[in-house]
Amino acid sequence: MTRLFKELLRAPLSAQFGFIVIALYVLLAVLAPVLAPFGETEIVGDGFAPWDGQFLLGTDNLGRDMFSRLIYGARNTVGIAFTATLLAFLIGGLAGLVAALKSGWVDQGLSRLVDILMAIPQLIFALLILSVVGTTATSLILVIALLDSTRVFRLTRAVAMNVVVQDFVEAARLRGEGLWWLATREVLPNTAAPLIAEFGLRFCFVFLFISALSFLGLGIQPPTADWGSMVRDNAVLITFGNVTPLLPALAVAVLTVGVNFVVDWMLHKSSGLKE
Amino acid sequence: MVKSILLLLVQRLALGLLSLFAVSVIIFLAVGLLPGDIAQAMLGQAATDETVAAFRAQLGLDQPPLMRFMHWIGNFLQGDLGVSLANQRQISELVGARLGNTLTLAAMAALVSVPLALLLGMLAALYRNSWFDRALNTSALSAVSFPEFFVAYILIMLFSVKLNWFPSISNLAPDASFGEVFERSVLPVATLSLVVIAQMMRMTRAALINLLASPYIEMARLKGISQARIIFRHALPNALAPIVNVVALNLAYLVVGVVVVEVVFVYPGLGQLLVDSVAKRDIPVVQACSLIFAATYVVLNTLADVLAIASNPRLMHPKG
Amino acid sequence: MSDKKNNSIQTMFDGQLQRRDFLKLGAMAGMAGAAFSLGLPLNAWAQEGTPKPGGVLRLGLAGGSTSDSLDPGSWSDTFTFVGFSAVYNSLVEIAVDGTAIPELAESWEASPDARVWTFKLRQDVQFHNGQTLTAEDVVASVEHHLGEKSTSAAKTVLGDVATVKAKDGNSVVFELRSGNADFPFVMADYHLVIMPSKDGVADWRAGSGTGGYRIKSFEPGVRMALERNPGYWKSGRAHFDSAELISISDGAARINALITGEVDVINKVDLKTINLLKLNPNMVIEETKGAQHYTFPMLCDSKEFADNNVRMAMKHAIDREAMLGSVLRGYGTVGNDHPLQPGHRFLNTALEQRIYDPEKARFYLRKAGLESLNVRLQASDAAYSGAVDASVLFKEQARVAGINIDVVREPADGFFSNVWNKQPFTTSFWYSSLTADRMFSIGYAKGASWNETHWEHQRFNELLNSARGELNEPLRSEMYNEMQQLCRDEGGALIPLFANSVAARSKRVAHGPETAPYGELDGLRLIERWWQA
Repeated sequence: MTRLFKELLRAPLSAQFGFIVIALYVLLAVLAPVLAPFGETEIVGDGFAPWDGQFLLGTDNLGRDMFSRLIYGARNTVGIAFTATLLAFLIGGLAGLVAALKSGWVDQGLSRLVDILMAIPQLIFALLILSVVGTTATSLILVIALLDSTRVFRLTRAVAMNVVVQDFVEAARLRGEGLWWLATREVLPNTAAPLIAEFGLRFCFVFLFISALSFLGLGIQPPTADWGSMVRDNAVLITFGNVTPLLPALAVAVLTVGVNFVVDWMLHKSSGLKE
Repeated sequence: MVKSILLLLVQRLALGLLSLFAVSVIIFLAVGLLPGDIAQAMLGQAATDETVAAFRAQLGLDQPPLMRFMHWIGNFLQGDLGVSLANQRQISELVGARLGNTLTLAAMAALVSVPLALLLGMLAALYRNSWFDRALNTSALSAVSFPEFFVAYILIMLFSVKLNWFPSISNLAPDASFGEVFERSVLPVATLSLVVIAQMMRMTRAALINLLASPYIEMARLKGISQARIIFRHALPNALAPIVNVVALNLAYLVVGVVVVEVVFVYPGLGQLLVDSVAKRDIPVVQACSLIFAATYVVLNTLADVLAIASNPRLMHPKG
Repeated sequence: MSDKKNNSIQTMFDGQLQRRDFLKLGAMAGMAGAAFSLGLPLNAWAQEGTPKPGGVLRLGLAGGSTSDSLDPGSWSDTFTFVGFSAVYNSLVEIAVDGTAIPELAESWEASPDARVWTFKLRQDVQFHNGQTLTAEDVVASVEHHLGEKSTSAAKTVLGDVATVKAKDGNSVVFELRSGNADFPFVMADYHLVIMPSKDGVADWRAGSGTGGYRIKSFEPGVRMALERNPGYWKSGRAHFDSAELISISDGAARINALITGEVDVINKVDLKTINLLKLNPNMVIEETKGAQHYTFPMLCDSKEFADNNVRMAMKHAIDREAMLGSVLRGYGTVGNDHPLQPGHRFLNTALEQRIYDPEKARFYLRKAGLESLNVRLQASDAAYSGAVDASVLFKEQARVAGINIDVVREPADGFFSNVWNKQPFTTSFWYSSLTADRMFSIGYAKGASWNETHWEHQRFNELLNSARGELNEPLRSEMYNEMQQLCRDEGGALIPLFANSVAARSKRVAHGPETAPYGELDGLRLIERWWQA
C-alpha cells in the first residue's frame, strides 16, 4: 500500500489527476445515498427548475433533482460499464491467449466462432438478444461482455501471436511448462501494454454502447439514473445552447480521460522506456 | 511468399463464406425467436386475428421455418434477393441505393480519419509525454467519450445553426450532384471521424511506444539514427499487426455501426433500413443487410490478417 | 414505428363546432352524421386570406418507415397519411369545422334506418394516369379493404359493410349489416382513398389518384416528391407547385432542419424545446387540441383488476394536473377516464372532473379488502413519447395511496403485438375520434379486438348498439352521456390526459385563418390547403 502511494507521488501529474478522478467516482458511487441531497427517483419540484440553492443543478423534466441523479448515475453507469468491461477482458483475453498458444484447431475454432459473432453488427445483435431475453442489468452486462469479448479476443490473439513465436516462449515450451504458466508468465506480460491501452477505451465504449442502446429504447431500466439515458433525454436542448445535457456527458468524459491517463502511465512504466 | 499469401487468402475467403452462411442461419433463427412476426408488426395495434392470418398466408409465413429458409437460400444462391415482405419492393433495388450511400460515407470518413489517426499517433509517440502528446490525447479521449449523437448535435449547433456553413440534414436526392453530396456529407463525416480517430491513434501510439524499448531500437538509437527515422523505418513495420487490426475494426464500424449517425443526419443508409426491418420482422431484408455487413467485416478482417502476417516474417514462416 | 392505432377517422377535434364558419362555408343542412348533403357550391374549398400560387413546400415528418408502401391498407403513420392525402381523394372529406362534406361524392343519402347509403359521384374527374373516375373504381377501392384475404388496417372500420355495388354508372350503394348514422365519416377514413381499377381490381401499385399532386418519386422511409396536378378538379386548393416530404424520425434533427431552413414545416415538436422555439421570430407553433389521449388500460379480466374498487382506487391515485405539467408541459387537457375529448359534441358536461385523492384511493382499496396493492406496469414509449416518464410519475404519486407500482420498460419493438392488450396493466394511446360511436365501438365494445381493457358491460353494450342507428340527436346524446359515465366509473381505462399535437411552421408558408381542429397538420391536408407566404 505504502509502495503504491510512493509510486503515485512520483507519477506524472496526469496520472495523479487520473487517480484522483477514479477515487472520487468510486467514493461517489459508494456513498451516493449519503451524498445526494434527494432520492434517486424522488420528485422534488417542478420540471426543469433552474439552478439555485435548493437544486444545485436544477431539476430534470419530471422534477427530479439533477445533482442527486448525477451522483446516483455514477453508481449505476460506472458499476455496469466496469463489470461488463472486466468480464469482457476475462473472457476475451483468456480465449485469445489460449488460441495463440495452442494454435491449430483450437485457434481455428475460436477464431471462426469470433468471426461469426463479429460479423453480425453489434447493435443488431444486442437488439435481437435483448428483445428476446428482456433488458435487465444482468442481461445487459452479459450481452455487452459477450460482444466486447470478441474485440478483446481479436486484439489479444493478434498481439500474442507476435509473442508466441519469439524464442523465449519457445524455450519455455521446450522446458515443458504448462499452458497456464506460459499464458500468465511468458505471454501476458509481453502483451499487457496494448491490452491495458485497450481496457481504458473499451470501458468508455461500453458506456457509449449503453447510451446507443438507450437511443433504441433498450438501455438501463427507468427510473434508474444512468448517464447515457440522461444525455439522451435532454440532448435536443443542445441545439438551443442549453448546457443541461452536457453535465452527464462531461461526467463521462472526465472519467474517460482520468482512466486513460492512469492507463497511459501504466503503459509507460511497463514499456520500460526511461524518459 | 506471394504464393503462400494467395493460399492464405483463398483459405480465409472460404472460411469467410462459411461464416456468412452461419450468420444467415443465426439471423434467421434469432429473428424467428423474436416475439411477434411481420404480420403483427406491420398491423401494429390494428392486428386482428383475421388480418394477421390473411397477412401470413399472403407472405407464405404459414410454411414451416425450415422450408422458408431453404426457399430463401435457394433463391439467394441464384442471385435473387427476393422482395421485401413489408412493401413488396425488390430488395436489390431497396438495398442498392442505400448501400452506395453507406459506402460513400464510410469511404469519405476513412479517407479523413485513417491517415490523420496514423499521423497523429506517430507524432504522439515521437513527442511522447510532451504537452503536445497530452493535449492531443486529452482531446481525443474527450471526443470519443461523448455519445455519437451528442457529438453530432454539437457539430450541428456550431456549424449549421450558429454559423450556417453546412446543412443540418444530409438527405440526398437521388439526382444530387457531387458537390451537393460533398457539402451534405461534411458533418456526418466529421462526426464519424471524431468517433473513430481516437482509438486508432491511441493504438498506433501504444504499439510504437511498446517497441521503442526493444533492443534493436536501442541499437538503432545508439547508432545515432534520428528519432523520426527510428519510428518510421524501424518501429512502424513491426507495430503494424495491432494497428492494422484496429484500423480494420474501425473501418468495419464505419460501414456497420453508423445507425445513430444516419438517424441524426437523416442520411439514407443501410443501418436505418436494417433497424426498421428488424422492428418489422422483415426477414429477407434483415438477411440481405446482415449479409452485406457480415461480408464487409469478413473482407476487412481477412485483409487485416494477411497484412499482419505479411508484415511479420516470423509469422510468414512459422517454425521456420 | 407503425405501432399506431388505425382509428380510421383520425379526425379528432377539440371542436367548438364553429357554427359561424360552418354557415359561411355554407351549403350543408344539419349536423354531421344525420346530415345529408344536397350538393355544395364549387367555392366550398376556397380559403380566406390570399393564397399565393407557386413555390415548394418542404415537410420534415416523424412517422415514416422503410416499410411504407403504396398500398392504402398499410398506411399507418403521419408520413403516408399526409403524403397520400395530397395524392388521393376519398368520397367524403372532413371540413375544417369537423363536419363531413362531399369530396369525390357529390352528395349522399341514407335509408330511414341508416342501413343503406347511396353516394352520387362527381362527374369528369380524372386520375393522374388519364382514367376517368367511375363507380367501378369506387367499388374496387372499397373492396380492396374487404374480404377474407384483406390485410388492410381499414378492415375493421368497414366491418359493418355487407355489400358495395355500383348503380347507374355514377352512384355507389353500400348496404350495412346494421344502421350507422355516422357512415359518411367512415368513408372519410384516410385509408379509403379512391384508386383507379383495372379489371375490377383496385390498382394501388399505379400510385395514381385524383388528388392535387402526383407522385414524382417515393422512397419509403426517406422521401416523397410530389408535383402539382395541373388538371386538379378542386378549385382554390393545391397552391404549391411541388411538395417534398422528408422522413426525419429524430426529434432533434427535425427541429434543427426547421431552424436551419432545410424544411418549412415539422410535426411532433419535442415539448422540451417548445419555449425555446417560440423565441424564434420566424417560427410559429401549430397546435391541434385534444388530438389524442393517453391511457393506462387495466384488464378487467385479470386477477389484479377484476374488482372495480381496485380500478377506482387506481383512478384516484393519479395526479392528472401534475402529469399534464411534466409530461405534456401544459400542451393538453386532463382526462376524466372516458375517451371523448373536450369539445366533443356528445361530451357529458355534467360529469365531475376526477382529481388526485390518495385518501379516496385508500378508501376504495379497503373496500376491495386490501391494505396495499402491488402491481406491475409494463410501459413503453411505443405508446407515446413520454409514456415511460408518465409511468414513473404515476408510480411516485400512487405510493402515497399505498399502491406500489413496479414500472417495467418494454422495448418499443413489438410492444403492441406482445404486451399491450395481453398484460394486466400497460400504457397505450388513441387518436381521439370525431364520432363517439367509433371510439366506443373499437375500444370499449364487448368482443372488439382493440378493447384494450377486456371490459364487458351489458348496459354499455346495449346503449352502444341503439345509439349507433339512432337518428334522433337528443336521444342519442343522452345515451352517449350515460356511456361516458359508465366508462368513467366502471370501465378499465385510466385516461389521465388528452394531448395536443404540436407542429411548427416557418413563416415562409401560410394558411387560412382557421386550421382543422382535429388531426395534425390541418387535418393532414396541409399540402393542398396551405400556400407560400
